[in-house]
Amino acid sequence: MLKLLKSGLFTTIQDGGRYGYLNKGVPVAGYMDTFSAKKVNMLLENKEDAAVLEITMTGPTLLFEEETFISLGGAQFSATLNNKPVPYYKVVKIEKGDILSYGKLEKGFRSYLGIKNGFQSPEVLGSRSFFLSITQKNHCKDGDTLAYKPYTSFAPKISELKVDSFLDETVLKVTPGPEYGLLTDKQLESLFVHEFSISNENNRMAYQLEEKILGHEISMLTSATLPGTVQLTPIGKLIILMKDGQTTGGYPRILQLSDKAISILAQKKFGDLISFKLT
Amino acid sequence: MNTYSISIRPFGVHAILIEWPNEVAEDILNDILKFTQFILEQKLKNENWEIVPAYNSVTLIHRDKPIAFDSFKQQLLDWYGEEKTIVAKERFLWRLPVCYDLEFGIDLEEVSGRLGLGIEEIIKLHTAHAYTVFGIGFLPGFMYLGGLPKALEIPRKSHPRPKVIKGSVGLAAKQTGVYPQESPGGWNIIGNCSVPMFDPQKKEPCFISVGDKVQFYPIERAEYDLHKIEGEVGIYKIEKTKIDA
Repeated sequence: MLKLLKSGLFTTIQDGGRYGYLNKGVPVAGYMDTFSAKKVNMLLENKEDAAVLEITMTGPTLLFEEETFISLGGAQFSATLNNKPVPYYKVVKIEKGDILSYGKLEKGFRSYLGIKNGFQSPEVLGSRSFFLSITQKNHCKDGDTLAYKPYTSFAPKISELKVDSFLDETVLKVTPGPEYGLLTDKQLESLFVHEFSISNENNRMAYQLEEKILGHEISMLTSATLPGTVQLTPIGKLIILMKDGQTTGGYPRILQLSDKAISILAQKKFGDLISFKLT
Repeated sequence: MNTYSISIRPFGVHAILIEWPNEVAEDILNDILKFTQFILEQKLKNENWEIVPAYNSVTLIHRDKPIAFDSFKQQLLDWYGEEKTIVAKERFLWRLPVCYDLEFGIDLEEVSGRLGLGIEEIIKLHTAHAYTVFGIGFLPGFMYLGGLPKALEIPRKSHPRPKVIKGSVGLAAKQTGVYPQESPGGWNIIGNCSVPMFDPQKKEPCFISVGDKVQFYPIERAEYDLHKIEGEVGIYKIEKTKIDA
């Protein structure tokens, strides 16, 4: 078991997400920054959608009750293992009783802790990803324990990965969304000329942007939305849906983020700047 | 057998959106469901496609691989033009019990005042029709129901509530529906449905599908409590009848 001595701000179990229930209104869920989460699983030679711990802004303090192997990725914290610094994107051997403390957030917003074979928390509707109303928990609390299978020996093919850090990237590559054609020249100009800042309304469901563009009076019938869909509200607010985002919506879907852009955005926090680039 | 003029647009690299004329109409919904079933059963079998039908559109999603838009669009148009021989999926009319007691129907008195209808009349109107499920979304198991009587149309509340309890039955503009879980919400709440609309512990967590119909019927508080107990021990049976699409 992994014991969360301190749970951190918003620590959850996430895997590749739920398949097959979009038509019942069940969001995809799953790790927000797919790019980083898959890398830690790759190093540990896990399935790429094995369950990892997603750590947001304030990290936890973790006690490992069995031997295993771990790898850290995503947002950079000054993490320590038994008070010694831990490298990122490297397979690290864990002994029984080791304590991993996440320290200060240095760069990015969401960090990933991968464990050999993945966390073994219960699967609901084909996924271990936390999502309120589907799984019992929304996020971990102090004192929670998470199951994993102990590993005593593992000789990784690659023990360290050089990952091009994209934590400083601010440009989100997008393609036109279904209602892109309804935008006026003025709206298009504001979309692609200006930078936008992340509002304090940002979470696993959606990121709202602080600056508005011109609004609209377009009324449309409710239709599907996806992670990475940029919606434009009548008053000109931009809402970017993320992994826990609703599966349908009634606002024009003006842009769609690329997979990589979703990962880039997942590492942004309140006040950070982004811009859109049409591809 | 081209029934409607459809338009096909890209929606990121993993999805494609097919749209029918911009109307809320059962014939359109039936055509969407028939075409979707046809391509999933006969053209895209054993591929990991997910579909989200809603009102006049269906979105096809393939999370694992990018879609080659131009060729796939042409293929979909060709398939739409083909003679389709399929056995239509069974569809059901679900009868859902609602307790309209004022304890649950916290906006009933206000709705009654604003619409100029007595509470009994509101209940009669709300339960008199079968509503078509035009989509499921917003929350797991939340149905977009079409066919609300004009007399029950009422704007959503100007100040949404931070908390609406699970099972709440609401009215907003041309819509009525059931909150499948506790949620913030701006609909006018007129009752509570004793049947859970979404149960993640079941293999099929939401018994209702897009294209089904729903009719509410009024129950007393005692019956509501009984349903709740039956639901907890898993012996409650929801009333359904087969319908011809």
